[in-house]
Parts: sequence; structure tokens; C-alpha cells
Amino acid sequence: MASFKPTKVQFLPKLGEKVTEDTLYWKNYKSPVQIKEFGAVTKIDFSPLAPHNYAVTASTRIHVYGLHSQEPIRSFTRFRDTAYGGSFRGDGKLLVAGSEEGLIRLFDICGRVALRQFTGHSKAVHVTSFLSDGFRVVSGSDDLTCRVWDVPSAVELSSITEHTDYIRALAPSKLNPDLFVTGSYDHTVKVFDMRSGSSVMTMQHGHPVECVLLYPSEALLVSTGGRYVKIWDLLKGGQELVSLKNHHKTVTCACLSSVGNKLLTGSLDRHVKVYNSSYKVVHNFDCDASILSMAVAPDDEVVAVGMTNGVLSVRHRKHKKDKETLTSRRRRGPSYRVFVKGKNFVPRQDDFLVSKPVKQYLRKYDKQLKSFEVSKALDTALQMWTRTSKPEVTVAVIIELNRRGTLKNALAGRNEESLTKILNFLLKHIFDPRFSRPLLTVGDIVLDLYRQVLHQSPVVERQLQRLMEVLGREAELQQELLQVLGILDTLFASLTPRKEVAALAALPVDQGPQLQAA
Amino acid sequence: MVETSDIRVVRCGGSKVNLTPPIISSDSRFVLCTSGDLVKVYSTRTEEWLHSLQGHTNQVTGITLNPANHLQVYSCSVDGTVKLWDFIDGILIKTFVIGCPLFAIYVSEKHTGVLFLHVSMATDSKNECFQLVSVHLPKSAEQEVEAKEMSAVSSHISKNPSCTAFGRGGEYIAFARHLQLNVYFFRKQKTYSFSLKATDKKGAKNAFTCIACHPTDDCIATGHEDGKIRLWRNFIHKKEYTYSTQHWHHNAVNTLCFTPEGTHLLSGGIESVLVQWQYGADNRKEFLPRLGGSILHISASSDGQLFCTSHSDNKITVIESSFKVCGVIQGLVKGDAVLTDLMIDPRSKALVLNGKPGHLQFYSLLRDKHLYNLDIVQQEYIYEAGLDQFEVVKAAFDIKGSWLATVEERGKKSSDLEFFLKLWAFDERTQSFVLNTTITAAHTDRIISMCFSSSEETTMLVTAAEDSQFKAWCQGADADTQQDQNFWSCDFVGSYHKLNPTNCSFSADSSLLAVSFQEVITIWSPDTWEMLTTLCQPPGVIRDLCFGRLSCSKYLLGTTTKNLLCCWNLLTCELEWSTSVDVSKLQPDPFSENVAAFSYQSKHTDLFVFKPSEPRPLFTNKNVCSEKVHRAVFVPREEPLNSCDESTQWLNRSQLYFLTQNMDLLTFSTATEEDRMLSSSKQLVIDDSVAVTPFYLLLGKHRQQQQKLNTQSHPVSDKPQQTQGSVTIKELLHTPAHVLPAASVLCSMFVNSFLISNTGVQQDPLR
Repeated sequence: MASFKPTKVQFLPKLGEKVTEDTLYWKNYKSPVQIKEFGAVTKIDFSPLAPHNYAVTASTRIHVYGLHSQEPIRSFTRFRDTAYGGSFRGDGKLLVAGSEEGLIRLFDICGRVALRQFTGHSKAVHVTSFLSDGFRVVSGSDDLTCRVWDVPSAVELSSITEHTDYIRALAPSKLNPDLFVTGSYDHTVKVFDMRSGSSVMTMQHGHPVECVLLYPSEALLVSTGGRYVKIWDLLKGGQELVSLKNHHKTVTCACLSSVGNKLLTGSLDRHVKVYNSSYKVVHNFDCDASILSMAVAPDDEVVAVGMTNGVLSVRHRKHKKDKETLTSRRRRGPSYRVFVKGKNFVPRQDDFLVSKPVKQYLRKYDKQLKSFEVSKALDTALQMWTRTSKPEVTVAVIIELNRRGTLKNALAGRNEESLTKILNFLLKHIFDPRFSRPLLTVGDIVLDLYRQVLHQSPVVERQLQRLMEVLGREAELQQELLQVLGILDTLFASLTPRKEVAALAALPVDQGPQLQAA
Repeated sequence: MVETSDIRVVRCGGSKVNLTPPIISSDSRFVLCTSGDLVKVYSTRTEEWLHSLQGHTNQVTGITLNPANHLQVYSCSVDGTVKLWDFIDGILIKTFVIGCPLFAIYVSEKHTGVLFLHVSMATDSKNECFQLVSVHLPKSAEQEVEAKEMSAVSSHISKNPSCTAFGRGGEYIAFARHLQLNVYFFRKQKTYSFSLKATDKKGAKNAFTCIACHPTDDCIATGHEDGKIRLWRNFIHKKEYTYSTQHWHHNAVNTLCFTPEGTHLLSGGIESVLVQWQYGADNRKEFLPRLGGSILHISASSDGQLFCTSHSDNKITVIESSFKVCGVIQGLVKGDAVLTDLMIDPRSKALVLNGKPGHLQFYSLLRDKHLYNLDIVQQEYIYEAGLDQFEVVKAAFDIKGSWLATVEERGKKSSDLEFFLKLWAFDERTQSFVLNTTITAAHTDRIISMCFSSSEETTMLVTAAEDSQFKAWCQGADADTQQDQNFWSCDFVGSYHKLNPTNCSFSADSSLLAVSFQEVITIWSPDTWEMLTTLCQPPGVIRDLCFGRLSCSKYLLGTTTKNLLCCWNLLTCELEWSTSVDVSKLQPDPFSENVAAFSYQSKHTDLFVFKPSEPRPLFTNKNVCSEKVHRAVFVPREEPLNSCDESTQWLNRSQLYFLTQNMDLLTFSTATEEDRMLSSSKQLVIDDSVAVTPFYLLLGKHRQQQQKLNTQSHPVSDKPQQTQGSVTIKELLHTPAHVLPAASVLCSMFVNSFLISNTGVQQDPLR
């Protein structure tokens, strides 16, 4: 005697992205905290020192936020015009920023007033940075010059005019105090050596360069501009390694994660993309507005994104600690010992074994199906939890009922409430290609059964109206897709070479008489 | 044409065991059932087939225990004889020649020496009319007796044997036909008949389907087509009869049976639930569900401890009175039609075909034993008449037997066809197939043909369907799902001018794939999926397709619906030869170049065995059988024969089995093979488990000693004497004392068996 075979719930493979460790890692962020700034956020820089505060440059202010604070812990407001490019020194004690009027100001992180002002640029300075020795500041300006300033004396050490358009990107080398990289709207990326006082390497990006970034090893250089992100190998004399085109608008910023040096790029198309080491996109953050600046805190604790609408969006990493507090609140089940009690008993040789039949555990709908209670089984399968979180179970029960030829019986004799449940389920899933076939049958049967009494219930009538709309839309969509398929078919057909087809078609005709003869 | 006398067609294995009710011997140790022209004896404890009673020349249609002697059984057959057997030893005691086909046999203790038989009034076969006759058995010592003393009890009885039953100790016999129940009283020599209306207000179908009579009470239970059971009482007075109705079965009641004490009534129908009704308290019932196929017959042992149900899936279930299944005797399941091809599992060399609904069965041809069922559909089977069920319609093994592909289908009648393509991997640990991949929408229409590539390295499956496409399936490598690499996914979709494919086949080395589209055969390279060439023989759609093997691998054979068998040479892409013959099945032998072709012409099937390279057939057998042959398979032999006779050479390495439309599994056997079989069966001494009774312990010990003595002293002489002795002793030991003849009768026989025979003593001094 065979036992009852439970309903088979079809396992359908999930299409789409593969779940990898990278995606899991980058998904593990809390929902973003939004901080409103006064203008577009053009630069975010994390302090390299332990509390890892970060400076946000927006409009005429630079705010310094703590990692977990939503209010600025310090702000520098002594700018007459828009401030640009606020960045920390290697020890996190000094901050330098350029501005629209061409002045470069140097602040002490604890003070309020500028310690130094470097004057000399004739146009707006968009990028400033300390060189890695900490005594010099490099700046790039819209007046096509790139200047290096001495911090103690506040004098200009050198001025280089090699670019032919605005300089909007700058990255100093961390390993060599005399090297820095600039990117400009003249489509070039140049590496400067202060010892020679001129550029030592020039790379053609092909689009106005918005951001340059050096890898910690400083063998690789990233430049973004236009829709492209390009990686250059500096050790091979500036050879292009990869060119990535994953954004559909200008890529404005790039940064590296500190764990595994993953590249992140942000773009005006409102996406932040995370690449793995082979430069495949593994994750994608969506934002509300075009992204202008982005930074990742050391240890990837925080991803801060600045946008054109002046919103700073800060994502914090989830920690296991948080999860544990959640689970500890839940009531603990019986311990493992309870379940294995007596299971690992080894009988002795002369023991008389009485085998207990293994009890078959069935789901509730299976139990009802076993006793041929079809309507109840359908009700069970249509329970709130099942139909929302596991629609495949509901559909499996419907398929099973249809196979038994009792679907009509199960659907008949329902009141408005339970009919609404079924119709809601249909509305939600009828165009899902995995479920549409059984659900269309259900729809047909419902219409057949309740045609006479439909007008008595406005609720059901409304739902049927919606169902009709949904199906109409789906049919239109399908038709359009078929049209596209037809167009593609003609394209493919015109692309394939014609010669073989002709030859093959001719062959059987030739053979005909021969075969007859044979 | 080569004429052959030493190859003959043999019916092999797996005849129906469910045709008649099985009977349990009075000591509950044996189950007897009819199986083709044999009566098979099974052990109830071990479910093993012990031996068979061989002698009838046609289908055995009924068996019943001899009421006078519980060690004997009567069997009747369509060949017009009733035979009396000693079923424990398998000895034919007597043959009664009746002279007309017999369809059922009934006996009663009250009527000793009289048999009641169903005979067909052989007027014409169209309008079959059955008659119940009583036959007085002449007392004669001869082996074969003609029994001509017949008297008709009733004409116009139902052809269903379960519609006749003896009532209370044989006082009356009840039989039903359509809507009429007749009771014939032997004492009054009168027939009372009670009839029901065809339908009542509620639309019930009242036709009788079966009858059972209470053993001690005047009560007749009748089963009806709509699932009702009626209990008739007080029918001795024609006018004042009453009946009560019970209704549980939702479809026709196939069989009814009272337990020997009459305390319970057992019923069974298509639902495959054995229902036990308590007699007198009719609403109390017990159920034993999911027994297998629908229940056709129920029988109870004389002590009421065991029940036997026979099922439509060629199975007998032995059930204890506590409603626990204690044994299953499974024959080769033959459904209404075998939809899959006959196949050979490359690992177990078992024959694989449709079994129980939704299952594939593995049947060992060598041992004529059912091995196991593989559940393909994996759904609860609903026993309901007219329900559209999932059926396995296609199956294929790959060459190593590590993959099995199956197609199950539902909705032949209705417009929406549902089908699944499933791939099963062989699991070494559990030694069975495990579901690997289920493909829900493999094609948009029915799959017509399916084959695995025959190369050892890569396994590839090709399916051709009515949606004018063929698809190649490979393991792993699916960019969309990015699942584990072990799953199967589509590799290539091919079509040719939107024609419907009819067949597909891989060449022996898997370097070529041939797919026939209506009249055109296209040849593809599976490596590059490039169409290499097309072959065409205009009139007629291609029906069957196969590549030659071994030295003939350059040939491609095809048959068309316009009765043409064509052979193409693939090197020249030209037709090598063609002949006009209506081939219903083309079957290549995987171990030789030979190809077998079954052709159906003028109401009989001929077999041709040929090599594609030679137009002359190796072997021809005219009139193999009278039905069309659609399924055939070559089964590799365990050890090759070494016959050098030209006509039997093709059977050296493998054996050809085929299935006719009547679901008979037939094969060809050679003379040498039969000799070998015969000699091996002689060596096989069946020592069926003799029960250990105190009597046996006493005598058996003695006998063993005696045997030892015998073997020491007269090794030549002990053989005949031992068999003679064993029969008597066995009979003594097996039979309960109260049914044995008087001790004085047995004594001389018994003592004789202990005597050392004369011949042995004479031989002794000669040595």
C-alpha cells in the first residue's frame, strides 16, 4: 500500500542576477540617511584618522559630519562664493578648499577661521589637495593652470600650464610627495612630477575628464568622463587596460572601497555601480537625483553620496550585532537535545526491535486533498500568508485540483469575500508567465460559474473590470513583443549568408530523378 | 527466402494473473491464480512463484478448489477441458473433456461430483450468449474422461463470472444479468427472478455487476454499476422479498466477497479501496486505500485469516484479516496500451515499459520477474473513471544507463495539452533513478520523438515536437539561470521550412543527427549544428528512421507511410536501394549490423531481418502473429550463443522481443536454446518449504537418514524411489488430519514408500 503523495510544488529557477559574495556584501547596508545641504554636494572627503569624520562641500559651506551624526559637528562658512573640493590632510588636522572666486583656503579642523589663503588663480578652483608630504597643496583651476603652494609660507611654488581646458580632477600620489595626476576637460589625463616641473605621462581619455583616482598600489589609474570609466596601467606607460561603459550618463565620481579595493562609480544617471576585480558590475545603488560626489569610509562602514539636489545620502553598514539583538528578542525554541532524544540509541544484539511506522507529515492542504475536501484545500492554499509569500504553493494546489477534475467544484458556491480573494490572486499573478496557464483556467471557470450572479456584487464586478483591463494590457504587450520579434527575425534573416540555403534547397530536386531510377 | 523450422515464436513472461479470482489454499500457504494457459502457484509468505500447473492448451478461465479434497483444484479453460490437479506437487490427476469453450467454473460442497460451468452457446461469435450448465463427472479411473452428462441450469446469464454465486451451502444459486437477479433453488427446481428499473429518479444506474451470497444466512449481496450494494433478503418467497441499499463506492462495484464466517462483507471497485462492511451493522466499515490498480476480484481463505485482491495492474495483493498488506505478487503490468517504446535498461538489462499509471516498470526477462516501478509522475493517482490522467508517453535511456529521459502527458481529449519533460540521473548509492530536471514547457506542442546521443563522452538529448521544431538539450551551461551545472537546458533549436518533424535518430558514433520532417530527412552535425544535407523520397511521410551499426554505419534506413523501405548511403548521399514493404516497426540491433523490420500485410505480420549493406534478408518469418507489431526491442544475451546456422546467427548476441497490439510479449527462440532451458529446468529441484510439524520432525529425520543410507549404498537406484516416496509423505504431511482418507487406505502406500525398492538391491551385486 503506497502512502499519499503530497502535492508537488514546482520549483522554478530564479532568473536574473546571480547571488555572489560581492552582492551580499554590498547589499548589507541599511537604508540611506538623507541630509539636506544648501546646494549641490560637489565633494565628500573622509578623514583618514580614527573617528573618520567627513567633510562635505556644498554651496558656500563645508560641513564636517561625524560617522553617525546627522548634524554637522563643525562647519566652515567663511566663503564668499561657492566652495569646491574640501579635502583633508593625511593627518586629518588640516582641510583645504578652493572656491569660485579663485581663492584657496586652509583651515584647521578645530578652528573656524582660515589659517592660510593662497591667492593667484584667476578663475574658479574646483579641485585642491594636499601632497603626501603634508607641507604642500596642489590645486587645479579653470584658468588652465595647476599650482603647487607651500603651506608654511603660503607662497606659490610652481605653476604648470599644460592643460588646454578646465581642470576638474586631481589625485595626488600617496607614495611619492612629488607626483600628482590631473584630469581636464581637454580629454586628457596627465601625471605631473614636481621634480621636473612638467607632465611625465599623458593619456587620452576621449571625453572631458570628471574624476581621476589612483589605486593604493599606484600602478593603476582610473579616469571617468563622459559615459566611460577607463582604467590605465601606469607601469606599462599609461596603457589603457579596460574601458567600462555601464552608465548611461556622465560618470562624475569614482572611489575605491577599502576592503578588496572594489571600484565604485557614480553618475548623473542616479546610479552607483560597484565593480568586482574583473570589472563586472556586481551591485547597484539607486539614488534620487544625479550623483556628483561619493566617498566610502575606511572599512566600508559608510557610503556617502552627494547629489545635485543638495541631498547627502549616507548608507551605514549593517552589523551582526544588530541582527543578534533582534533574534534574541524572539522566544527560543526547544534545544537540540529534545529533537535527538532517543534517536541515537543503538540496539544491542539480543534486543527485540519493534519498528514504528514513520509518520508522514502532510501540509494542511494535502490533508484536505487526501480526504477529498477540495473547497477547503483551496481555501487553505489561498490563505493570506501562502498567497502573498508563496504564490507557487497556491498555484500548485490549483493545478492539482484541475488534474483531479474538481477545480470547478472547489470554486463553486463561494460568497463574495472568498471570491474576492481568488480574484485578487488572479489580478496579481495572472500575467506571470509561470502561473498564467492554470490561472486563466480558474478565471474561465469563475466566469462560467458566477455569470448569473455577478451583478449582485459591485466589488466583484469592479475586480472583474480590472482583470479585463489587466488582460487587455497584457495582450497588447504580447502583440508588441511579437512585432519586435518579427522585426528582429527579418534583421537576422538578412544578416545570414544565403548561399548554403540555396545549395541545400537545390539538392533534393536534383536527387529526385536519380532516386526514382534507383 | 530462408525457411526456418528451428526458430519459433514463443510467448514469454507476464501473462495476466488477474483474469480470475485468485484462490488461497485451505492451509493459507499457497495462492493459485490463472496466468495464460497456466495455473501458477505462489507462496503467500514469500510471494515467490513456486511452480505452475501446465497442461491446458488455451487460456485458463477459472479455478476452484475441489470441495471433496482440499489438496486438489479444478481448472477450466477455453480449450474445452476441466482438469483436476494436485496443486502442491503440480500433478495432473484427471482431465474431463467437455467439448465446448468454458468461461467459468463453480462448485459446491452439497453437489459432489457436479461442476457448474459457464459455456458459450457457440451459435455465432457476434451475439455471444452464455449458459450455466451443470456437468456430472463420471467416476472413472482413466486419466482422460469425456463428461457428456450436461444439463442446463439457465441460459442467458451474464458473461461476467462474478455475477454467479452459490448460496447457503449450495441450496440455491444466484445469477444476475443486466437488471435481473435470478435465484435458482435446487430443491424446488425453480427460478425466481427479481428485476430492477434501469434508472430511478436520481439517475442511478442499476445494472448488476457482481454477486455474493452469505455463507450461512439467506442473504444475497449485489453490486451495481453506480456503486451501490444491495443486500437481498427473504427472496425465498417470491413476492415478499426485501432489500437494503448501501452506498459508498462512487463507481461500479467490481467484486463482493463474504468472509467464510459471514461476519463481514468485502467490496472493491475502481477506487482501489478495499472496504470491509460489518454484516448486520451495515454502516460500520473499514477501509484499506491505495492498493494499486482498481480491484477486480477479492477472495478469502477458508479460515478467514487471509484475503486476496487482484488488481487491474496485474497484481495480486495478500492481505491479513487485520487489514494489513502482507504480500504483493506483481506480474508484468500491461496497461491498455504501452505508449513508450520497449527499452532495455543498459545497467540491469531489464525491460522497461509503461507500468502502473504514471510509472515505468523494470521487468527482468531473464527471471520473468517484476523488479520495481519507477514513479515518474509523482502525483497521487485518483481512481476515477474517465479522469484524464498523466501518462508516461516517451522514455529514453542514454547509452550508459546513467540518464533517463521521460515525457509525461495529459489531455489527449481536451484541447489543452499538458506535458513535462523529465530527466533522471542514476544514483549509484540508492541504485535507482533520481529526478534531476523537470522541463515544463519544453515545446509548445506534443513531443513526437526523443533520442539520446550515443557517444560515451557527451550526453545530449534531442526532442522533436509537433510545433515544427526539434531541440537539443545539454547538461549545464545555461547563461540565464546560472544554476548548478548539473541541470539540463536547451542548447539548440532547429527547424526546417516549418514542417512538422516525424522522427529523430543519432548515428552510432553520434557524429550525425537525422531528423525527418514529413517527407524530407535532414542530416545535422551535432557539433556545429549545421545542416549537412537533406534526403528525400517523395511520396509518403517518413515513419521510422534508423542508422546502420558497426560496418554498416554509412547507411541510413527509413520507412515511409507509402510502404517504402529505403536505404541511403551517407557517403554519396544517394539512395542505395529501396523496396516496397509496409514496415510497421524498424528495429536495429545495437550489437550487430542486423536490422529487424516488422511488416503488416493482409492481416498478419511478417518479420525480415537484414543487413543494410545487403538487400537479401538474413532471415524471414512469415506470419509471426496476426496483429500489427509496433514495439520491438533487441535484448542482449547474457552469454552469446554460438550457432553457426545462417538462419539463427542473428539471434546469437541478442534476442528479439516484440509486443503485439493485444499486449502479448513474444520472442523468438532457437532449438539449441530450448534444449538448454529444458536441461536446466530438470536440474532444478523444487523443494518447496515443507512445514515443520511434529509429524514432519518425526518422519523427516527418519527420511533424511534413509536418504543418506540410500545415497551411500545405491546412488543409481534412489531417484525413482525417492520421488515416489516423497509424494506420499508430502501428501501425508501437508494435509490436515481430518481431511485425509482413512488410515487403512494410506497405510500400504505409506509403508511401501519406506521399503527399499527391488531394483536397487538387484543392481547392488552387479557393481
